[in-house]
Amino acid sequence: MNTRTVFRIFKQARWKHSSLKLYDGARVAVIGGGPAGSLFSYFILALSRRAGLDLQVDIYETRDFETPGPPGCNMCGGVLYESLVQSLAVEGINLPATVVQRGIDYNMLHIGIGSVKIQTPRQEKRIATTFREVGPRGMVYLKGRRLDNYLMQSALAMGARRIFGQVDQVRWLTDPKSPEVESRLIQVKTSGGEFHGYDLLAVASGVNTAVLRLFCDLDFGFQPPQTSKLLVREYYLGQEVVSKYLGSIIHAFLLDIAGLDYGAVIPKGDYVTICLLSSHGNLEPGAMETFVDNPAVKRILPADFSMARQACNCSPGINLAGSTHPFNNRIVFVGDCCVSRLYKDGIGSAYRTAKIAACTVVFQGISADFMKHYLPFLRRMEKDNLIRKMLFKSARQIQNRHFIERAVLKMVSREQQGKANAEKGMSMLIRDMLTGGAPYIEALMLSMHPLFWTRFLWNILLAIVFRPGSKYDPNLAVHTLTSDETESHS
Amino acid sequence: MGEMGRLFQDGEIMMRQGENGDCMYVIQDGLVEVIKEVNSQEVRLAQLGRDEFFGEMEIFESIGRSATILVVGFARVLSIDKKNLLSRIHEDPSLAYRMIQVMSSRVRDAGNELVQLKLVPPKTDQRS
Repeated sequence: MNTRTVFRIFKQARWKHSSLKLYDGARVAVIGGGPAGSLFSYFILALSRRAGLDLQVDIYETRDFETPGPPGCNMCGGVLYESLVQSLAVEGINLPATVVQRGIDYNMLHIGIGSVKIQTPRQEKRIATTFREVGPRGMVYLKGRRLDNYLMQSALAMGARRIFGQVDQVRWLTDPKSPEVESRLIQVKTSGGEFHGYDLLAVASGVNTAVLRLFCDLDFGFQPPQTSKLLVREYYLGQEVVSKYLGSIIHAFLLDIAGLDYGAVIPKGDYVTICLLSSHGNLEPGAMETFVDNPAVKRILPADFSMARQACNCSPGINLAGSTHPFNNRIVFVGDCCVSRLYKDGIGSAYRTAKIAACTVVFQGISADFMKHYLPFLRRMEKDNLIRKMLFKSARQIQNRHFIERAVLKMVSREQQGKANAEKGMSMLIRDMLTGGAPYIEALMLSMHPLFWTRFLWNILLAIVFRPGSKYDPNLAVHTLTSDETESHS
Repeated sequence: MGEMGRLFQDGEIMMRQGENGDCMYVIQDGLVEVIKEVNSQEVRLAQLGRDEFFGEMEIFESIGRSATILVVGFARVLSIDKKNLLSRIHEDPSLAYRMIQVMSSRVRDAGNELVQLKLVPPKTDQRS
């Protein structure tokens, strides 16, 4: 008995307990061909093949992945964090060099009084920076696919079909074979096109689209997620300058700037991307100038850095809280338009929601099964985001309290030099906060450990007793970025 | 520049038979050789290239690496932490499908080689 037969028996056994299942030849529509849509298509086809099910998957996408600048852009920081890179590698999706603009050696955390290096485990490149499509406005087209195009092509190679067009209407259609309300099919229409009927609709449109409004008008209680604006700017510096000044390092900033929660300077090929975010309302356009003028930021940028070199700018919405009722019979939402990890790892969230939704569809069903098998995962993610909010609030408390900042820097510095256990210390806590490498609940548990607090309080005490300039001055031990380091890691 | 993982040079031993490990590896680029050491003799079992993985047995067994891995030419590999992987498999068991598929294929190959060895007629003494 081969694997396919075992899956078929399993599938038939389950069939009796659920009213709605995909059948051989069933049609699936996916709205959105970004990472969430492409990965959902890829996994639903891969899993259904394993289960002996033949599906037809249509991906509706309007963007042209071959055009630089806004027409092909998906507006985000473009960082692939280690949990995603590792999971994709295990799935057999190894990102080619054309997708990875730069492999990142480590993170550098900058707070008001200094900076510390947060090394990646095993000192290997596990974080990638990427352009979602070709790149910023004016970029010379380089051969090779970027992330969204690469994932789309992977889905197409698996058997999906791409349909160019903007979906402008969605409606229910009563199934003539079983006229119960629960069994009605879903129909999708593109502008200027005709309605096409599907057995399942996956919505992976992100949050920066009007498509989501179509689903508010259907009768299952969907409400789009709450969003906030992210400020993203891309500047052309040239490969040599990026390597010399920024290296293969993501620079994260927790600075005392009104309204700003977090800022990041991300090197990508010839460009640098600067991302700013706030959890309490949209950032003013002037926030970028204030950020770049901050001494901590100026320290890492070239002396002649000019904001006039801006190649692209955007203010996309990012998910702050998950959508309401992101599934119904024959409909499931994946990626940002469903739920995302707060401030971090949006592409990783797209992967995880797409994978769990695809598993639910293939192995469980497409009706109440989402409630039983998909919803608990979404709730876990939401709970984890609440913890993240709490940790961020705590982090804000240390801003402008220089003795605590010094204690944090000293603690991390000692851990990074191997003088204290980094795995159970401040380094790991900050790394998890910066990269989303582990669930935030783990970061919370770590931050509540008595040993952690003993060491933290000891360092605070030393920071209070020994003022800056003294022999103990924690800043003396704080790691500063050298030009050798940036060049050697480029 | 646009590369992930860690680079190993020709002749470097990435892991040794019997060592304890807390990760597996996925080859991003290059080639490695799998070597089994038996009674101080080295038996070359296989060569692995891009997209293939090794070290996965230690994720599930924790009894020491089953073979030594030697880099041929160069190899860029991405390590996958045991703790993270097990946690992800707990959340999404289908993540293990590809590993199971590859491990199944390796068991099948090993079985075929065992059959071939058993089919070879025993050597007879030429003098008799």
